Amino acid sequence: MTAHAKRRLAADNRRLLLRLAISAVAMFGFGFLLVPFYEKICEVTGINNFLRPEAEQGARAVGNTQVDASRSILVQFDANLHDLPWRFQPLQRSIEVHPGELVQVEYEVSNTRDVPVTGQAVPSYGPQVAGRHFNKLDCFCFAQQTLAPGERRVMPVVFVIDPALPEDVTVITLSYTFFELQGRNTAAAATVAAPVSGG
Amino acid sequence: MAAVTHDQLQEHHHGPTGLMRWLTTTNHKDIGTMYMIFSFIMFLSGGVMALTIRTELFQPGLQVVEPEFFNQLTTMHGLVMVFGAIMPAFVGFANWMIPLMIGASDMAFARMNNWSFWLLPPAALLLLGSFFVPGGASAAGWTLYAPLSVQMGMGMDMAIFAIHIMGVSSIMGAINIVVTVLNMRAPGMTLMKMPLFCWTWLITAYLLIAVMPVLAGAVTMILTDRHFGTSFFNAAGGGDPVMYQHIFWFFGHPEVYIMILPAFGIVSQIIPAFARKPLFGYASMVYATASIAILSFVVWAHHMFATGMPAAGQLFFMYATMLIAVPTGVKVFNWVATMWRGSMTFETPMLWATGFIFVFTIGGFTGLICAIAPIDIQVQDTYYVVAHFHYVLVAGSLFALFAGAYYWLPKWTGRMPSESLGKLHFWCSMVFFNITFFPMHFLGLAGMPRRIPDYALQFADFNAMATIGAFGFGLSQLIFIAVVVKCARGSGERAAARAWEGAEGLEWTVPSPAPHHTFEEAPVVK
Repeated sequence: MTAHAKRRLAADNRRLLLRLAISAVAMFGFGFLLVPFYEKICEVTGINNFLRPEAEQGARAVGNTQVDASRSILVQFDANLHDLPWRFQPLQRSIEVHPGELVQVEYEVSNTRDVPVTGQAVPSYGPQVAGRHFNKLDCFCFAQQTLAPGERRVMPVVFVIDPALPEDVTVITLSYTFFELQGRNTAAAATVAAPVSGG
Repeated sequence: MAAVTHDQLQEHHHGPTGLMRWLTTTNHKDIGTMYMIFSFIMFLSGGVMALTIRTELFQPGLQVVEPEFFNQLTTMHGLVMVFGAIMPAFVGFANWMIPLMIGASDMAFARMNNWSFWLLPPAALLLLGSFFVPGGASAAGWTLYAPLSVQMGMGMDMAIFAIHIMGVSSIMGAINIVVTVLNMRAPGMTLMKMPLFCWTWLITAYLLIAVMPVLAGAVTMILTDRHFGTSFFNAAGGGDPVMYQHIFWFFGHPEVYIMILPAFGIVSQIIPAFARKPLFGYASMVYATASIAILSFVVWAHHMFATGMPAAGQLFFMYATMLIAVPTGVKVFNWVATMWRGSMTFETPMLWATGFIFVFTIGGFTGLICAIAPIDIQVQDTYYVVAHFHYVLVAGSLFALFAGAYYWLPKWTGRMPSESLGKLHFWCSMVFFNITFFPMHFLGLAGMPRRIPDYALQFADFNAMATIGAFGFGLSQLIFIAVVVKCARGSGERAAARAWEGAEGLEWTVPSPAPHHTFEEAPVVK
């Protein structure tokens, strides 16, 4: 091979190397591009609606005023804390409601720490299928809650159970878990996915 | 060229000696050898993990290891075998054989080649060392599914870094292979005259460049979710753990073809050599390989039928997956057609290649069964799946690697591998492999879940059988060490340049063992 041919081959090789390296870097970016792509697909097809369930279901519930008095559902309330030194409990353990009926219940939360703490409640439903028919019109979980030291707060949840709820569901458990938000520290971020997977 | 003798080639090599020779070498044959030794060491360490798993599963109940450690073992067994053993072994074959097959003097970027190998040992140390840190190694399964992988201890971070490093290594190796194959072929060696091993590796290398960065992205997202406050997979922060599975399997499915296409290439070299006929349907083999590679990008969600996909999605991924059986079937029929009316002899490489077709096809069929969405939902995460992917990865990739090793050992060492030991190795592996993994089909159909250290009593007999088989299989691999050591020490029959009577290709025109430098002047292919 002549020196000239060798130089040309080396240049060709370098050009191809550059192109392939750029493709590899682009594919790294493509991996991250899959994130908005996935969210868009979920939004368009309506799967995984627990991404923003309250907003969508609230809108849906407005037109529904028909109360189905022929059956009643036992709704149980549950409260959990995740690494948060608060007291958090429902003011009623359970309640009997008719589908389509507007109901308000209350939860009580108090900050036992001597510093202000911000928390976020995440709901989940049992059985899972009930989540789609559990329309919350107002909920303390819609916003972050900041409690002053020693502050006690009673917070409402207003909901309507969609009459389209499958006939075989007679008991629904609504469970909230409060997470501390301190710039989303890793301890909180680590386990939040678990309770939501039920919703 | 043919006059170069063993003594002359020692003089040929100038440069550092001892350890520095191996650290600084840019020779494709040295690097290929190092890749293969590395992957064999990883194969043995992954094997020890597998045997520990099988020991625990010998009887129901917990006897040998704690459940937490058991989970670490299943995770690390998978990671070590996939990224440490199978992939580097194929890269080693590519390094050794592609320049010899296309008549190039070395890989296109020799120094980068050295670097892509020497990234691997640190990555392996990170991976294996994670057993000894507080909390132990990653135990989220080799797929590292979120949210589990977001929660583990620092062993998980070490696994993530190891994957990053091994990913960089594979991408550099793949770029090197693409450039070598496309730009460095000898005059007259057109793409459609290339040996099929080069073709399958060319396509594999493109797959690697396309999907390894996606895996790197996925594990980077886990890393930032763990430490830097993002919530890609964190539902309370607006993320979604199921999205991890989509991103992972977008990498993961092409990955399984990365591990099998070079195996197809090796088998396509060996079967014509021992059937003494040219490969049947060469062009269709190339097109089949390319179609498998392209289809591999649109089937990933068949790993996720149980995540609650819409029926339309399930149907699409189910039919797309079944479509892959067509090009794969073309390959199997072509191999069988190559054997048809050939003058076949069954030396050790041919035994492994024939065995490969037999057992790999079983794995292919169970794959087709798993592709059917309603059946997959039944067998999801059971031992049926474990049996399926061990039939394609052990009996597929690993058996093809052994076939290739026996086939080219004469070229690497200059000595013929011992036929009696080789045949013993083959028959022991074949019998014990089936004793280990065939009962797992029944276990899975009966509902035994995978990645569980304990099980119900009715599964006891098949598990005991699988454990006995696994120890037999593991010990059989020591025979291979004996074969290689014998060849490397220079005992055994001397190999001619064309070591096998029916072997075709440029690699058989250089002396055995191949001199340190080959094809300095490119050969002309007619």
